[in-house]
Amino acid sequence: MSMTDHQRLGLKERYALMTRDLAWDTTYQPMDKVFPMVHYEGIKIHDWDQWSDPFRMTMEAYWKYQAEKERKLYAIIDAFAQNNGHLGVTDARYINTLKLFLTGISPLEYMAHRGFTHVGRQLPGAGPRVACLMQALDEIRHAQTQVHSMSNYNKYYNGFHDFAHMIERVWYLSVPRSFFDDAYTAGPFEFMIAIGFSFEYVLTNLLFVPFISGAAYNGDMGAMTFGFSAQSDEARHMTLGLESIKFMLEQDPDNLPIVQRWIDKWTWRGTRVLAIVAMMMDYMLPKKVMSWKEAWEIYFEQNGSALFNDLARYGITPPKCIEWAAVDKEHISHQAWATLYQYGAAAPFHTWSPTPEELDWLSEKYPNTFDKYYRPRYEYWAEQHKAGNRFYNTTLPMLCQVCQIPMLFTEPTDPTQICYRESDYKEDKYHFCSDFCKEIFDNEPEKYVQAWLPVHQIYQGNCFNPDVDPTAPGFEPLPAVLDYYHLAAGRDNLDFEGSEDQKNFAAWRNLAGRD
Amino acid sequence: MSIDLRTVAITPLRNTFDHIASRFGDKPASRYQEGSYRLQAENNFHYRPTWAPHYEIFDKHRSALVMDDWYSFKDPRQFYYGTYTLNRARMQETAEGAFSFVEQRGLADTFDPEAKALALEILLPLRHVAWGSNTNNAFISAYGYGTTFTQPCLYQAMDQLGIAQYLTRLGLLVGGVGSVAVARVAWMDDPKWQGVRRLVEDMFVVEDPFELFVAQNFAFDGLLYPLVYRNFDAAIIAKGGPTISMLLRFQEDWFTETSKWVDAFMTTASTESSQNSKLVAGWVTDWVARSADALEAVADAALDQGAAALAPIRDALSERAAKCGAGQ
Amino acid sequence: MSNVFIAFQRNEETRDIVDAIVEDNPAAHVDLQPAMVKIDAPGHLVIKRQSIEDRMGRTFDLQELQVHLITLSGHLDENDDEFSLSWAN
Repeated sequence: MSMTDHQRLGLKERYALMTRDLAWDTTYQPMDKVFPMVHYEGIKIHDWDQWSDPFRMTMEAYWKYQAEKERKLYAIIDAFAQNNGHLGVTDARYINTLKLFLTGISPLEYMAHRGFTHVGRQLPGAGPRVACLMQALDEIRHAQTQVHSMSNYNKYYNGFHDFAHMIERVWYLSVPRSFFDDAYTAGPFEFMIAIGFSFEYVLTNLLFVPFISGAAYNGDMGAMTFGFSAQSDEARHMTLGLESIKFMLEQDPDNLPIVQRWIDKWTWRGTRVLAIVAMMMDYMLPKKVMSWKEAWEIYFEQNGSALFNDLARYGITPPKCIEWAAVDKEHISHQAWATLYQYGAAAPFHTWSPTPEELDWLSEKYPNTFDKYYRPRYEYWAEQHKAGNRFYNTTLPMLCQVCQIPMLFTEPTDPTQICYRESDYKEDKYHFCSDFCKEIFDNEPEKYVQAWLPVHQIYQGNCFNPDVDPTAPGFEPLPAVLDYYHLAAGRDNLDFEGSEDQKNFAAWRNLAGRD
Repeated sequence: MSIDLRTVAITPLRNTFDHIASRFGDKPASRYQEGSYRLQAENNFHYRPTWAPHYEIFDKHRSALVMDDWYSFKDPRQFYYGTYTLNRARMQETAEGAFSFVEQRGLADTFDPEAKALALEILLPLRHVAWGSNTNNAFISAYGYGTTFTQPCLYQAMDQLGIAQYLTRLGLLVGGVGSVAVARVAWMDDPKWQGVRRLVEDMFVVEDPFELFVAQNFAFDGLLYPLVYRNFDAAIIAKGGPTISMLLRFQEDWFTETSKWVDAFMTTASTESSQNSKLVAGWVTDWVARSADALEAVADAALDQGAAALAPIRDALSERAAKCGAGQ
Repeated sequence: MSNVFIAFQRNEETRDIVDAIVEDNPAAHVDLQPAMVKIDAPGHLVIKRQSIEDRMGRTFDLQELQVHLITLSGHLDENDDEFSLSWAN
């Protein structure tokens, strides 16, 4: 009887015994005390058993298949390191994309790990709990495999050396960091929509395709491998995200307006964070994969429309920001690079003028905007650089209170005007880059007033090392801030031309006979 | 992309990341080190959790335990994700071999019926206990401080899910779907399990991550595992042979391995200060007593010796605690 | 009708998997890229364990797909014999 029972059970029934049947409604301690965070967001769940587990992996299967992936991945990481694989990249400018990755994205993988552990404890349903805890495991996998892959680059190139310190301090890194701190500090249901759905489902391809394909096209086998390996986990994450939103919408119609508001908020916050990726795709890859505009059209507009057409049956409408983002797609990469270029003295990675060929590629990919609004600026700066006046902006930018990006984005109706929005709250005035960041603030001002805005903090004197005396005669704040960042001035920052990275890469390539 | 793969020795600019070098010295670092130290943010958080606004995102004050450096906790196994999964994949292969062996030969069907019934009665409700440990270790990992502390707790949580699933498989193989359902009813209603269920639920509402660590991983498991996976395992072998025991291999190996890292953490915590030592010792006393009380009825049902079997197990655990600096 | 898609790494095992998918999904379109193969299909795509086993010459657990998977699009359903993606628009 026992053997046929075992055989007779289908995958779904067996999985239910392996997960939800393990859990029970507590009686000695009230369920509300065991799961105290599940009501305050206003989301109504009537029956956690309705949760459908798409991937149905037991821990046995998890260990088995993940171990296989790890074996393959580390074999490649080792081979790459042993063979000085870094010398196989197209050119050393590419390596700066990895600095952005390690300082700006890998710490977020760790935050995702902690976030999913937290939500994996707080959701009462056994099915989603197991899926969240497996994702928590996957995310520490990503954090660690990224650190391990990039460990080799750290040995030879500058700007990787103190990523843990920098994510907490460096001005543009507060953009990705605040994104994840925002999700983590939101309630468990919002976290699932923010990260599980908006980030892992709607926007993930826009992060990974540029980086992984960029790695593949530019000879970085190490990053390409960890990218593909991580993506296989992402398929599980995507299905968790999609199931989360379906489940919430099916449980109670009252959940619809709450979920819709979250979709609107997080699609926008995610889109803003992706400006860094847009810039990376269009300006930092020596061999280009596709333009940001093309990636946005394929992975957001087309793929997203399939998704939102499907969700329309629940009453979900596409995110409000879609039209604004459609205009932005032809501008943001240029605006972002222009900003990082001019603030290159304060960033622990190199920037540079695009080559004439690269300018032509940009003209071709952005026929409506590049030559009209951006080429003249880049040509002017290149001339200035040639004349010995490489432009570095030494005034600090105003930041958006919500996305924390400098106020560099323009009005959708007029790309010659910076977009400024503001709100008064209590005795202060707050500034935003867009209608959507303003709306996010206005919905939860008590949250967003807490933000640690890097530029404000510098002006308040909170970005100096303990032994620094700002009152000393001749004190120069900017170098002191760079010290606080652990940025090695003259090594980590400034133009790629003349950098130690450039010199070393060329010399080593020559030595290894790879010229 | 053709690359000349001639290998040339190039002198690196640095051996490792600065935060690793400042702790361990300027030399190449292990993957465990690079993948664990300082990975958790510590400063300049942007917002407070809306679900716990009196704390920062990661906050040492969640625990009454006071550590100068929470990164003093170090897993002696040095598990990072890669080594963890590889290790568990090997254990999984062994377990899979055992289950296949028993299944293909129909050994469960020919097992002594009385011993089989007793085994199912005692072992199957433990799948819920294991789910409880998964829940608790998820809590510790979520709200603890510092990657070297929280990381092994998540692995512990997922190990316990694996154990719950192995016990479920054992139930399906040896007793059928019906036996699993019976065990669930027993877990909810049978008097002999209510002490344990109450204890597990009490652990669900502990708020201090290190107290919960002591309660679940040291005190409760420290009694449960020897009771079930040594004493009871031996008793079943005596009554019916090794078949059931073969299906418990994962748990047995797991307990031997994990006691070491649990003890290492107990030691790190207790030897930090006399204040910590007293605090931890107090938690040990409290939770060992509660665990022993809860397990009495189970021991009575499981063993000829009954609850008396718990006394030497408690003594051994007291010795463990004393060695860790958390003795009374 | 919107497309569903699935993308795999290009290696020994996925060759057989992709062949099986193409045979079982006549409307599917295969896109070969560096290191990756992407398969699009209108509305629905099914992957059958038996088809893969017939090609590989060994038993195959559908969960093994995860080792090679890169990304996918569509609602996922899975049982012991089939793995399918669909959009309900």
